[in-house]
Amino acid sequence: MLLNQFLILGAVLFATGVYGVLARRNGVMVLMSIELMLNAVNINLVAFGMQHGVVSGQVFALFVIAVAAAEVGVGLAIVLLLYRNRTSIDVEDFDLMRG
Amino acid sequence: MATQSVLAFVGPSVNWWALLPQMILLGAALLIMLVSALAPKQTSTPFVTVTTMCAAITSYIVATGLWNDVQRDGPSSSIASAFGIDGFSIFFTMLILVALAATALLSHGYLDKEGIDAPEFHALLLCSAAGAIVMASANDLVVMFIGLEALSIGLYVMIAMHDRRQEARESAIKYFVLGAFSSAFLLYGIALTYGATGSTNLIHIRDYLGAVVFRDQHLLMAAMALLLVGLSFKVAAAPFHFWAPDVYQGAPSPVTGWMASVAKAAGFAALLRIFFAAFASHRIDWTPIVSVLAAVTLVVGAVMAILQNDVKRMLAFSSVSHAGYVLIAVQAATDQGTAAALFYLFTYTFMVLGTFAVVGAMGRDDDHPLANYAGLGRSRPVLAIGFTILLLAQAGIPTTSGFVAKFQVIAAAVNNKNYVLAGLAMITAVVGAFMYLRIVMAMYVDNEEQKSSVPSWHWSTKVVVIAMVGFTLLAGLVPQFLIEFAEDAVPILIRG
Repeated sequence: MLLNQFLILGAVLFATGVYGVLARRNGVMVLMSIELMLNAVNINLVAFGMQHGVVSGQVFALFVIAVAAAEVGVGLAIVLLLYRNRTSIDVEDFDLMRG
Repeated sequence: MATQSVLAFVGPSVNWWALLPQMILLGAALLIMLVSALAPKQTSTPFVTVTTMCAAITSYIVATGLWNDVQRDGPSSSIASAFGIDGFSIFFTMLILVALAATALLSHGYLDKEGIDAPEFHALLLCSAAGAIVMASANDLVVMFIGLEALSIGLYVMIAMHDRRQEARESAIKYFVLGAFSSAFLLYGIALTYGATGSTNLIHIRDYLGAVVFRDQHLLMAAMALLLVGLSFKVAAAPFHFWAPDVYQGAPSPVTGWMASVAKAAGFAALLRIFFAAFASHRIDWTPIVSVLAAVTLVVGAVMAILQNDVKRMLAFSSVSHAGYVLIAVQAATDQGTAAALFYLFTYTFMVLGTFAVVGAMGRDDDHPLANYAGLGRSRPVLAIGFTILLLAQAGIPTTSGFVAKFQVIAAAVNNKNYVLAGLAMITAVVGAFMYLRIVMAMYVDNEEQKSSVPSWHWSTKVVVIAMVGFTLLAGLVPQFLIEFAEDAVPILIRG
């Protein structure tokens, strides 16, 4: 099995996610970019698990999926709080604190 | 009749006694949630504070018993070697429990004053503490990640709970995005470590790396770099510190204290366990990177702190520079260096919790300009002296624990022949002292037109400040007991 294809796919997805977090201004898009990064890791984990011939990689990927769901739930709640306050989810608007 | 195939699943043996400290905390969290759901009228702030304090104290007693067991029988691990029971894990358990008790007391006055729901806050605090303990005790990267997320998710909500302050929400989204972003880096690092070594268990990783010579170690180097980036975000080491000032400023003060003490300590616990204990055979590869991180962190923390005018932002940069000192001890990669890092983290926990106790009580609408502190030396002389001691301890003045901590860190660097870093640490200590003295000057130099009306202090804040000042002086005057405690707590990875 060719491992490299999966690793390259994972790396490209991860880099896309990093770009999204840094460049996107919409709060929800930032959350989606973080999901992209976590799923890139999942691809790596499953690919390495296949290479080593053990299931622990897939088990870890399941843990990551569960934790990512919990995390994005909290993240969306925080974005919603901010939206109620400002009617905007543009992350550039969140600049009350300077120094 | 078909023969029934019996698939017997044999689970790993669990040492429940060793898991008791965090199970007590989770039990208390569930109890608080249950009682507040069934009898919402009766669930007053004193009730939840007492429950949290009882849980912290019981848990601490169990941890003391575990410490004696480990000192007598030696370290061990449980649940298929995924959970370490060594001096290191119990050391951090105790540190986290002290911080938990202090934060519970501080929030006692704060929650009522700011109108925040006490049961939810305390339940999250307890879960977050349990997560931090799991993170510091984990011998497996999966378990470490779960602990980290339990710690962080609780913390995100605790910051956002202050629903009247826009800054708190903004601070929550910033901490959330950066926290999740850094978790993803850490996770990528874990995945690559798993790829390079075939396991997520730190004991297996150490044995594998000690036995195998890689033809090319690109994968492992990338894994180390990503792990280091992820953990540097968590401990607020420069250049990954830029979230810290905004988040520290916007978060409710008791939560800021919790973040500065426990989130940082748990991050360093993970850093030491992974790099010092598991990557020991590859220390030539990672110590130079950590040295550079330490140097950058020291300079950024000391210089940027001077430029701030908000006390919480100043303290945020001071916490960045403290991370730099601990990193000096980490890069030594010796038992002496690790003991120095542990000593530093323990004393720092007391200093920073006391400092944020005062800051929280001084804030009006949780706003913290330096001018608020004008004339505090006259209006509240005793507490002003306490605050001065805590600030001088952070600066590293002799007779306080901060001096002993900095001395040990620099001694570890010198013994490792890293004279440049030791010199830099001493220079930045002097530069950093300027910032602390600026706050002290503001308290004692009277400015007639800026007579500030000092808010009243809750008794629980006074208790915390007195306890933290007392410990800071005790560990500064007779540090030997704490030095020995830290030396017994160096991480040891051992099977079963």
